[in-house]
Amino acid sequence: MTIGLGHYLAVGAILFTLGTLGIFLNRKNIIVILMSVELILLAVNINLVAFSAFLGDIVGQVFTLLVLTVAAAEAAIGLAVLVVYFRNRGSIAVEDVNLMKG
Amino acid sequence: MILPAFFYLFAGVCVASAVMVISSRNPVHSVLFLILAFVNAAGLFILLGAEFLAMILIVVYVGAVAVLFLFVIMMLDVDFAELREGFLEYLPFGLVIAAIFLLELLLVVGGWTLNPTVTKSITAAIPGDVSNTEALGLVLYTKYIHYFQLAGMVLLVAMIGAIVLTLRHRVSVKRQDINVQNARTPEMAMSVRQVASGQGLQDADQAEWVK
Repeated sequence: MTIGLGHYLAVGAILFTLGTLGIFLNRKNIIVILMSVELILLAVNINLVAFSAFLGDIVGQVFTLLVLTVAAAEAAIGLAVLVVYFRNRGSIAVEDVNLMKG
Repeated sequence: MILPAFFYLFAGVCVASAVMVISSRNPVHSVLFLILAFVNAAGLFILLGAEFLAMILIVVYVGAVAVLFLFVIMMLDVDFAELREGFLEYLPFGLVIAAIFLLELLLVVGGWTLNPTVTKSITAAIPGDVSNTEALGLVLYTKYIHYFQLAGMVLLVAMIGAIVLTLRHRVSVKRQDINVQNARTPEMAMSVRQVASGQGLQDADQAEWVK
């Protein structure tokens, strides 16, 4: 049995679903929500690299590199916002984030 | 064949640790399982022939992002048990949505084939005679140099943003102020008093040089 493109795409789909499920389940814990977003981006990366390898086109890997960059920047900014929020409120509960009444 | 075995090993551990990331009670365990998921995804990348991205995944995620998560979790004094309230409340609803979502995605993945003519529209084919790192560099620094520089700008903005957000000047912390130090004169620094015998300096606390 050979491993085809579909196998990798299935792994990506499962990881993506687990990421969205993590956002549903941990609605109060913003740290786990950020980790779920990282899982979703990892699923996207697996899809891009799988297509790149099976089509013989290296542009998918270039794009994966850019996604990695954005994911790292997102994690840094998200955690910085989290730290500032914790300093102001003394808690990181997502439900309390209604100061601006937006 | 050894390759399918490794695929199922990496994929299985990756998915299992992703499950643990979202269901673990302790966020520190979540981060450690996230690291395991990334390491196994790097293994999948190596199976696909993308060695450079596999190493980058380990360096950037395990070395930087996961440690950043760990640092923040351990620095913040948060009652994580309180944050887990409602986990079971959302579980059936979330599982239903996730099951539908996964079913749809797998139906798309399963009932779908590549158009044979898609190989004609390849932008930059993977060269067979060079390593993956060299092949990536050959297109990244020529054809996609602007995207590369934009990625650098994104990182710069993220760095400046994170510093600006978390920087604060605490009043209680004494810092060196070179201007104040240079503006100090002997008159400000000391005073000569005639101390009366048996009385001492009654106003010593209010003297200029104490402040």
